[in-house]
Amino acid sequence: MSSAQKRALWRGMRDCSPFMLVVIPFSTLFGVVARDAGLDILQVVAMSAIVIAGSAQFTALALLQDQAPVFIVLLASLAVNMRMAMYSAALVPHLGQAPLKLRALMAYVMVDQTFAVSVRTFEAEPSMPLPEKIGYYFGCIIVVCMPWYLCTYLGAVLGQAIPAALSPDFAVPICFLALVAPMLRSLPHLVAAGVSVAAAVSFAWVPWNFGLIISALLAMIAGAQTEFWQRRRLVKEAA
Amino acid sequence: MTPVIIPDSTFWFVTILLGIGTFLIRFSFLGLLGGRALPDWLLTHLRYVGVAVLPALITPMVLWPAATQGQFDPIRLTAALAALYAGWRFGVVYSLLFGMGTLWALQYLL
Repeated sequence: MSSAQKRALWRGMRDCSPFMLVVIPFSTLFGVVARDAGLDILQVVAMSAIVIAGSAQFTALALLQDQAPVFIVLLASLAVNMRMAMYSAALVPHLGQAPLKLRALMAYVMVDQTFAVSVRTFEAEPSMPLPEKIGYYFGCIIVVCMPWYLCTYLGAVLGQAIPAALSPDFAVPICFLALVAPMLRSLPHLVAAGVSVAAAVSFAWVPWNFGLIISALLAMIAGAQTEFWQRRRLVKEAA
Repeated sequence: MTPVIIPDSTFWFVTILLGIGTFLIRFSFLGLLGGRALPDWLLTHLRYVGVAVLPALITPMVLWPAATQGQFDPIRLTAALAALYAGWRFGVVYSLLFGMGTLWALQYLL
């Protein structure tokens, strides 16, 4: 590794380090909640290592506990992860020239925070050479993914020590709320979230949690249509 | 609440398929599609996946919590609203702190 690449790696670690404040409690909570749901320590850590996607892991866990059919569990959890297809597309102009093996590794560890920070930096500095971009990306990964594994394990070990009186069950919806709330920044996002809540209540009677899939589809359409409407209005105003 | 036991075979089946599926989503453009652009209408819908799935998942957990056997609990609703506001106003960490803090404070006081 060249010294420039090493510097880029350090810089990535520094730029991403504030997110440890989010990753540490979030992954610890996952460990605690998953143990509480009856998984053993190996299962908890394996899930974090294989999937590395907190919201999808919580989704799968909640639905498994609800005894939803396996295909609903997979459909809902993968739907939560679909946003990462957009991340993958957005990284191509910056990292698409890297060797295939490295790109596969980059894909395996791609998470919200590292994506957001690295793309912001790459866009601000388009002249950064490829090896430094790679170093920077993995610097981001190190400070986000290492704590993710470690704290899931710690949470799983500590999990049993947390008394039921502290309602660890409610940590799951609170975590989801913590992820959703900062997304509610534009009208289409608010509309989508509102439709999602209303539909979840209206379709709660549908068996096998299929109401979740219906609600998500309706909400996505609502969000996209609101955005199309906004675009048409902008065009009209410009005309 | 006695937790529902998740069968080992179901757990591993779901975890491994979820791992493979998630990897393929992440690898899609960067690895396989070589940066071919998705149509705009699809990207526009994908932008709202997060805000479309998560609220529908949260709503029943908040309105009919498993820990109270599905009985509506005003304390949990208040805690959820506190988490929502703190997350919207201040960010993720505050949301976790305010949400669980409100829950514990109200459970202790009431």
